[in-house]
Amino acid sequence: MISIENVSKWYGQFQVLNACSTAVRKGEVVVVCGPSGSGKSTLIKTVNGLEAFQQGEIRIGGTSVDAPNTDLSKLRSHVGMVFQHFELFPHLSILDNLTLAQLKVLGRNKDEAADKGLRLLERVGLKAHAGKFPIQLSGGQQQRVAIARSLAMDPVAMLFDEPTSALDPEMINEVLDVMVELAQEGMTMMCVTHEMGFAKKVAHRVIFMDHGQIVEDERKDEFFANPKSERARDFLAKILH
Amino acid sequence: MSYAFDFSDLSQYADVLLHGVVVTLGLTGVSTVLGGALGVVGAALVLRGPAWLRWLIAAYIELIRNTPFIVQLFFVFFGLPSLGIQMGEIEAALLAMTVNLAAYAIEIVRAGIESVKHGQYQAALSLGLSGRQAFRYVVLPQALAAVFPALLSQVMIVMLGSAVVSQISVQDLTYAANFIQSRNFRSFECYIAITAIYLVMAILLRRLCNGLGSGLFAGQKR
Repeated sequence: MISIENVSKWYGQFQVLNACSTAVRKGEVVVVCGPSGSGKSTLIKTVNGLEAFQQGEIRIGGTSVDAPNTDLSKLRSHVGMVFQHFELFPHLSILDNLTLAQLKVLGRNKDEAADKGLRLLERVGLKAHAGKFPIQLSGGQQQRVAIARSLAMDPVAMLFDEPTSALDPEMINEVLDVMVELAQEGMTMMCVTHEMGFAKKVAHRVIFMDHGQIVEDERKDEFFANPKSERARDFLAKILH
Repeated sequence: MSYAFDFSDLSQYADVLLHGVVVTLGLTGVSTVLGGALGVVGAALVLRGPAWLRWLIAAYIELIRNTPFIVQLFFVFFGLPSLGIQMGEIEAALLAMTVNLAAYAIEIVRAGIESVKHGQYQAALSLGLSGRQAFRYVVLPQALAAVFPALLSQVMIVMLGSAVVSQISVQDLTYAANFIQSRNFRSFECYIAITAIYLVMAILLRRLCNGLGSGLFAGQKR
């Protein structure tokens, strides 16, 4: 589904991604973790072309992300992305947040889009809030809306960029629950997160990054049972207590 | 200090004053719509356009913001005809007011666009919106909401500043006062009257627009 081959990226002289290669198969859940500044957010943003890269290739379902003839907007409309800071559109109601791209990108009609939006809001338990504005919702609720907004586009894969790290602790689980459910339904997912509980529960593989490199790319059990690198061991020791 | 006020015969000039009000509001309305639209387009180009165009717009903004409005007005009305560009006094006033407002509006809207978090743009792109759609539906509405008070202030400045168009014989509110006092020689009363009218117009318009703004930008108070 997603293949990342030998991807490198520089900001000026500074190399943020160093020959990263991995793949996410259809229906697979891959968790990306690593210390801050390790390049994990940058990597996930290269997948749907929000961040450019200078070397290597990324393909989604066979389509190259940075080929000149690729319709990047169309490609992005098939790949959902959830951001650390939710990024709901503050000037639109919750329902309008869910319908905007359906109307403008997929060309669905108003009723169709609203129907779809309401069904997804119900799914994340927020149907009653459809008419409110984002500011009126808690962080956890906003993030669930953001997930629903992505799902409204019927994505073939979902990217999560630290979806719970801007949340108060008591709101993390409501968001993780939605993600777990998605994973169990067979959604293809690539998640940058430090929630190792989530990783243990639903991930198939764990990728550990450090200094722009993929240091480990292992099956979940293998990664948690005996991480090969010193750096991954250190990292796990620090965040699992 | 024994000036005897006499407003009694002002009432017979009510239609002259009313005409002046209509002209002043009309000029302000049209130049606001045109100047505002140019402001949005200009701001987008300043941020995203080719380098030569950015330079050109920057030069235009500097020129307008650092010269007096009345000189800009005279330039349009008395200067351009020498180049063969003739226009009536209303058109000249509209052009000068629009060109003036647009320069300030570009700067204001640009600041608004820059105040919208980059993540909003990224989120819009990630949903498959094109860059243009992301700007139109996500960034711009938030930018305008953020700078609405500043834009409104600028419109007020243009409306009040439009008094100088009476100098090229546009029959606005100030022209009406000049006209009336040349007839009845009650200049103090005339200027008191239009001062009051300007004051009321400005306060009402500001209130109206603020109400409109808070309805339009509901839910965005961050």
